[in-house]
Amino acid sequence: MNGADTAFVLVSAFLVMLMTPGLAFFYGGMVRVKSALNMLIMSFISLGIMGVLWVLYGYSLAFGPDTGGVIGNLDFVGLKGIGPESLTEEGGIPVFAFVVFQMMFAILTPALMSGALADRVKFGSWALFIALWGTVVYFPVAHWVWADGGWLAELDVIDFAGGTAVHINAGVGALAAALVVGKRIGYPKEPMRPHNLPLVVLGAALLWFGWFGFNAGSELAVDGTTANMALNTQLATGAAVLGWLVYERLRHGACTTLGAASGAIAGLVAITPSGADVNAMGALAIGVVAGLVCSWAVSLKYKLGYDDSLDVVGVHLVGGVIGTLMVGFLAVDGVGGAGQFGKQAIGAFSVMAFSFAVSWLLAKLIQVTIGFRADEDDETAGVDRAFHAETAYDFSAVGGSSRSRTGSGIDQDAAQTAKDKKVDA
Amino acid sequence: MKLITAVVKPHRLDEVKEALRAFGVQGLTVTESSGYGRQRGHTEVYRGAEYTVDLVPKARIEVLVEDEVAEQLTEIVVEAARTGKIGDGKVWVVPVEAAVRVRTGDRGPDAL
Repeated sequence: MNGADTAFVLVSAFLVMLMTPGLAFFYGGMVRVKSALNMLIMSFISLGIMGVLWVLYGYSLAFGPDTGGVIGNLDFVGLKGIGPESLTEEGGIPVFAFVVFQMMFAILTPALMSGALADRVKFGSWALFIALWGTVVYFPVAHWVWADGGWLAELDVIDFAGGTAVHINAGVGALAAALVVGKRIGYPKEPMRPHNLPLVVLGAALLWFGWFGFNAGSELAVDGTTANMALNTQLATGAAVLGWLVYERLRHGACTTLGAASGAIAGLVAITPSGADVNAMGALAIGVVAGLVCSWAVSLKYKLGYDDSLDVVGVHLVGGVIGTLMVGFLAVDGVGGAGQFGKQAIGAFSVMAFSFAVSWLLAKLIQVTIGFRADEDDETAGVDRAFHAETAYDFSAVGGSSRSRTGSGIDQDAAQTAKDKKVDA
Repeated sequence: MKLITAVVKPHRLDEVKEALRAFGVQGLTVTESSGYGRQRGHTEVYRGAEYTVDLVPKARIEVLVEDEVAEQLTEIVVEAARTGKIGDGKVWVVPVEAAVRVRTGDRGPDAL
């Protein structure tokens, strides 16, 4: 066993874990106050659901012995046959370290989609959606891209840390789900300003920090590639912040805080697939392009008429495509060129097509069975109150607090409303 | 009695408060409020989406005074709130029929 590698992979796993709550803050600050908690928990719940599914069968489907290049088999269901002594290879790291590292990816990826569905979906339906999506979209695609025998891995598509499997996949899944669920009431006429930009910046900072684990940790070892990836992650992200702000300043007249935070995420996304295979100048180019193009791409939803509320498409899908395609040309050591670019395009577009189709079907299935969209009244009053029986902030001295109740602790009116709802259902 | 209501720029609140205290006014009520006058609002940009924010934050000060000093205090409030720039706000005065101090039940000027 390699102690240094193991330590780094474990620490990277912990860093990636932090990205999911970071994402919750990033998204949570961007929504209106009446759905801030719902936005937080849509990410947070993934730490529960996807973590459990990963151990039950997710790891096996993604990294179990290959079946036809498209999915793993069930050999490792419940982590059967894997113990503390199991190593990834002779002198490698414990399989458990790899399992927990990749578990964090499986947790983060579905959570990324929540931003497209802000303010308007039933919480239970969301929970079901990510469980199903993880099972039939993420686990197979992770296998395609990263597992021995996965068809995109065999094709030598470069996706070091998840441009296709994570960001294109989640970006296009978010688009499909947003199309099924429809626009928020009042969109785009009513102003829907972020309620807490400092929270957004805090979230972006946590994501940026955690992303070093995501990117550099994906080497699964400590070597020159790990260092190159860490350097390029920082460089491309900084460049993307600049790119976004320059576009914004020229186009809209101001350098915004939200723009800086968004640019950082766009850069992180774009360098994710590419950072290990380019040099610093390549990373710089990828970062600048991601910042400029994503800051333009977030306005597409107004032109095309869909409500991707927090720009999962504009940042994750577009950023993922930029990184995945640009590395085709910019890869060093004679790899980059038209041939590699073609492979990258196959990787990007096959994931896009598969994920869009299956995500749309899943969202539709939930919509026609248990309903995906919240009731109009719940959406208008705020999904925090409707699904979580909480409000995010209590600033008011008047009428801000409620009477305390013995027993259930739930306000009787609310309990009665909940009962009525059950009757309705 | 008269009720003086002043809607002013929030950062002038302290000036107004100090001026009133210097004159001997015992108490007042302040509410955070918002509104617009001739200066209208401003524009904010979030990821390229431009929003016109019509309502500008203001401090609304209410103070009950005796009839004889109402005119003088109005002038004091106006002077303290003024910056000379657009958006300084408004001050108005209305007659008050009755006032009661809740703790003692005192009425009229004794309640102030």
